[in-house]
Amino acid sequence: MNRGSLWEQIVQQLLMRSSELGLAIIQHIKLVAISMGIAVVIGVTLGIAVSRIRKLEGPVLGTASTLHTIPSLALLGFMIPFFGIGELPSIIALFLYSLLPIIRNTFTGIVNVDKSVIEAASGMGMTDMQILFRIQLPLAFSVIMAGIRTSAVINVGTATLAAFIGAGGLGDFIFLGISRSMDALVLIGAVPAALLALVIDFLLGRLERTVTPKGLKI
Amino acid sequence: MVVFDNVSKTYKNGFQPVKSLSFRVNRGEFMVLIGPSGCGKTTTLKMINRLIPHTSGTITVDGNDIAKQNPVDLRRNIGYVIQQIGLFPHYTIEENIALVPALKGWDRQRIRRRVEELLHLVGLDPAVFARRYPKELSGGQQQRVGVARAMAADPELILMDEPFGALDPITREQLQDEFLRLQRDLRKTVVFVTHDMDEAIRLGDRIAVMKDGELLQLDSPEQLLTNPVHGFVEQFIGKNRIYQNPELLPVAEVMRSDPATIYPHRSPERAITHMRQRRTDTLLCVDEQNRLLGIVSAYDLQGEARRIQSVGEMLHPAEPVLPLSATAKDALVRIAESRFGVIPVVDDHGKLSGVVTRGSLISVLAGRWKEDKAEVGS
Repeated sequence: MNRGSLWEQIVQQLLMRSSELGLAIIQHIKLVAISMGIAVVIGVTLGIAVSRIRKLEGPVLGTASTLHTIPSLALLGFMIPFFGIGELPSIIALFLYSLLPIIRNTFTGIVNVDKSVIEAASGMGMTDMQILFRIQLPLAFSVIMAGIRTSAVINVGTATLAAFIGAGGLGDFIFLGISRSMDALVLIGAVPAALLALVIDFLLGRLERTVTPKGLKI
Repeated sequence: MVVFDNVSKTYKNGFQPVKSLSFRVNRGEFMVLIGPSGCGKTTTLKMINRLIPHTSGTITVDGNDIAKQNPVDLRRNIGYVIQQIGLFPHYTIEENIALVPALKGWDRQRIRRRVEELLHLVGLDPAVFARRYPKELSGGQQQRVGVARAMAADPELILMDEPFGALDPITREQLQDEFLRLQRDLRKTVVFVTHDMDEAIRLGDRIAVMKDGELLQLDSPEQLLTNPVHGFVEQFIGKNRIYQNPELLPVAEVMRSDPATIYPHRSPERAITHMRQRRTDTLLCVDEQNRLLGIVSAYDLQGEARRIQSVGEMLHPAEPVLPLSATAKDALVRIAESRFGVIPVVDDHGKLSGVVTRGSLISVLAGRWKEDKAEVGS
């Protein structure tokens, strides 16, 4: 069966499925945004906790690393017995999968803040919380952001697999394309996913530069 | 101002960096803690603002037991300067200095005025530096800001942990001088840790020498140099240092303690004989109580011997005269104005203790070179 050249197919499929594609992109962004949002809040919190209570370092980083070693597809599948199929298990799996870089970078960012700065701060009578929010977090910001960016890029990629457990998103196109041996459909799913990853990374980079304190950019 | 009473620090593993330390730092005093690394000097310093908690004994600051105070409040009232400076890189110079006043809730106007005043005080132009970031400043400039920051809320007490240790020698000396000048005006109570004896002598009103967590000697630089009570102190100070600092050497070290003297009623002939015996061309004239009356010179005696009956008739006023509390440096400076090349030294009661001559000065100060040689040879 001659389906025409790849390019023709792409054009044809795009025309046919443009509204579907738009919805898939929105769904994809939704999966990424929600899971990343939770991962940032929980990950940064855990990172801070580990940096203050060093006993937690082993258990917390160990657990997050272990989660990260589970193949992403397996982790998604693993959610089904507990949460069924659809958005919820996907978001939970994506969240768990995004945690490690954020926790690790928050932790290293904070503990690598120049000791003398911390000593001066506490010697001048700043409370622990003041040191955390006024000194450690601003100075660790770029390292934390690097972790978040890594997580986000991985997350966008992993989110394509969420289609397997019925969460929709750009993965739908890819799997449809694979099952029907239609490269055009695979590309229609994969290219926007890749672009999405680039755009998110770019935007987070911009955010990082805007928020980084001026004194650190010199 | 700061009192240590039997203070010790014992870690859980039994290590004791500080062992039952007792001393007192007076208000307005510049006290230096010195010793080799690991002697407990920094631990001692950091116990004062509770960065390191002590495990026994009591430390009081301004009469209040620090263990009973909130550490945050305690620290906000104590200036703190460290060797690594520790400026906040994401704050401007202005914001760095303003930190403690802002924590204490000063209003914005007052903080701004204070920052400007402090920048002037440490020799940085506010118009140029206030809005800059630490990275844009040299090490010396950064530590000036460090000092300004410590003084921001005008604390009575300032703790300094080798503040000039990381600077190059020229900058270090410059900052030491400027800090001394500031200290003369401000009269803060300063506890200063260093391992550099030259710095300690230069800056300290009193110096505490520590070793293995114990205080070996706490004395003025002069006392420490001339009367080290412990072999280690002497060794740590270095014998030669004393000769490099004639201002630290008491005049008694460079004087002859058996000056040739004569009573005023003696005859000129007797005086001349006495001079020959003592191989000197001046005699110090004293009364029965050994109080200094004046100086008789051989030159005068030779010319006038026939016309007078007693040496008392041709006394020259002794000028200059040094008290026993004077230093070898005073003697060096004033020997030039002395008409006969001698400076009598008297005690508190005006009694003659000895005499500094050019010869005695040279022979003592030259001793330094002899000792150098001996040390090289040994």
